Amino acid sequence: MTEGTNSWLHAARVGLRRGGLEIRHTFTSSQDLWNYFFPSAILLVVMFFMRGAAVPGIDFSLGSRTLPGVLGMNIAFGGMVTLMMALALEREDGTLLRAKAVPNGMVGYLIGKIVLIMGMTLTSMAIVLVPSLFMLEGLALTSVTAWLTLAWVMVLGLIATLPLGAICGSLFTNPRNAGVIMLPVMGLVAISGIFYPISSFPEWLQGVAQIFPIYWLGLGMRSAMLPDQLAAVEIGESWRHLETVGVLSAWAVAGLVLAPWVLRRMARRESGSSVAQRRERALQRTT
Amino acid sequence: MDVLQVRDLRMRYGTTDVLKGVNFVARPGEVVTLLGPNGAGKTTTIEILEGFRMRSAGEVSVLGVDPARGDEHWRARLGVVLQSWRDHGQWRVRELLNHLGEYYRPYSTDQLARPWPVDELIEVVGLTPHADKKILKLSGGQRRRLDVAIGIVGRPELLFLDEPTAGFDPEARREFHDLVHRLSDERTTILLTTHDLDEAEKLADRILILAGGTIIADGSADELARRMSTEAEVRWTLDGQRFVHATQDATEFVRKLFREHDDAIADLEVRRASLEDVYMAMVRQFESGQHDAAVREFAEVTG
Repeated sequence: MTEGTNSWLHAARVGLRRGGLEIRHTFTSSQDLWNYFFPSAILLVVMFFMRGAAVPGIDFSLGSRTLPGVLGMNIAFGGMVTLMMALALEREDGTLLRAKAVPNGMVGYLIGKIVLIMGMTLTSMAIVLVPSLFMLEGLALTSVTAWLTLAWVMVLGLIATLPLGAICGSLFTNPRNAGVIMLPVMGLVAISGIFYPISSFPEWLQGVAQIFPIYWLGLGMRSAMLPDQLAAVEIGESWRHLETVGVLSAWAVAGLVLAPWVLRRMARRESGSSVAQRRERALQRTT
Repeated sequence: MDVLQVRDLRMRYGTTDVLKGVNFVARPGEVVTLLGPNGAGKTTTIEILEGFRMRSAGEVSVLGVDPARGDEHWRARLGVVLQSWRDHGQWRVRELLNHLGEYYRPYSTDQLARPWPVDELIEVVGLTPHADKKILKLSGGQRRRLDVAIGIVGRPELLFLDEPTAGFDPEARREFHDLVHRLSDERTTILLTTHDLDEAEKLADRILILAGGTIIADGSADELARRMSTEAEVRWTLDGQRFVHATQDATEFVRKLFREHDDAIADLEVRRASLEDVYMAMVRQFESGQHDAAVREFAEVTG
């Protein structure tokens, strides 16, 4: 028992180092660097042109109001989409099978992936946030409380969305099919008030948006980075921290209960021949 | 104690029986080759033993443990050589071996230090000049050597290799064979699959031929060759005309031939079918769909 626990902890530590190495790898791969900078550049340009427009009813830059929501959305994307794509791809190319073939390798693999995604999310957040602080006016990221709020929203957001990414990534056997999940996610972004306040939307649509984590991540980030009078344009004219914690925690608990079961079921089916089969299929597609 | 014990192993996919009662053992330090035509169930068998696939029925013991219930401690004593494709492309050779080796450290014992020191291991598989290369920059042969290195980084007591030399050029194949000999000198038990008889003869202490869902022959290459039928083909010319005759007793037939025709006989040739001839004939029949007939005939000649 103690031997098992010790080797599990050892594998967890090895996983932390794995995540660190993988973060370093992303900085030396042109593909990954592109993925960091290209979407961030587009967002910065969009917000630059939105800076002149005003939030309806208040004299406040729409660009500055949008930035925190976009950062919240990035957390959801990092947790869900990045992990989902990584799992689907690395199941196809045999990375997962390698993890399965070494003792406690799956523990190390998953912890490494979580560290990697946290690192990637922080990096892309910094790439958007730093220029925005110079470019946009009215952001209130000057107090310790603001940074603390930003930290807890980010951590809770990742805990809520990472298990969802793990579940979705386990369900798709072909990484190219994983793209279909992007459509509903984009739809959710549209109704979640990331780019425009949703208080003017029909109430049933507001209700739908408030079931999912993206809305709450956007709201939480706005509460951290915007002056308090901006709460007036939110639903209920409040930052609703209690509800944010409630909804995100509910997703986290549900995900953490389901994900290990789905992951174990997926991992059990991995074998040399299942990887070989997918390799055949993928090679046929490219030729 | 036997490292591998397989008794009446059965595997059924839907309504197809792939394995219909496989029996064999492997003793410590042995190199055992599972030889058979494509689709005979070699990969299924090895994946069941690796604990990557559930069997339908039968008793299996790998290092004294049922692989369906093997824990991580059991896993640490096994090595599995996987066919890599493009995983870990951004990693460097030494970096990845260091990382994967770390998982084995808690399973070090007084007799056996785990993992294998990485630079020494890289030397053993001949990757020293490439140790700091990104894996995606390696050639196919270099990648396969890395696959082997990953399989043995935990100093396994038992190593599984599924079609290890598929896609190798002759030189890479020879180097790989040297590596297997070196590992077996260090008392590692090795189970490998191949569809290439030549490879099985070169590597194995014992060859198991798997076809039609059962082991139809089990023995060293010499034993299998000796057990072959004595059927031989005699060719000769008599007054410029060619003759061919198949016989069980070539010596007696040739003696009779000379008694009758003496000087008129020329170009005499006696050819006994080799293990390879018989094996190839079985594979051809097997692949043209006559599974049962092929297996029956092969079992007759070798049994």
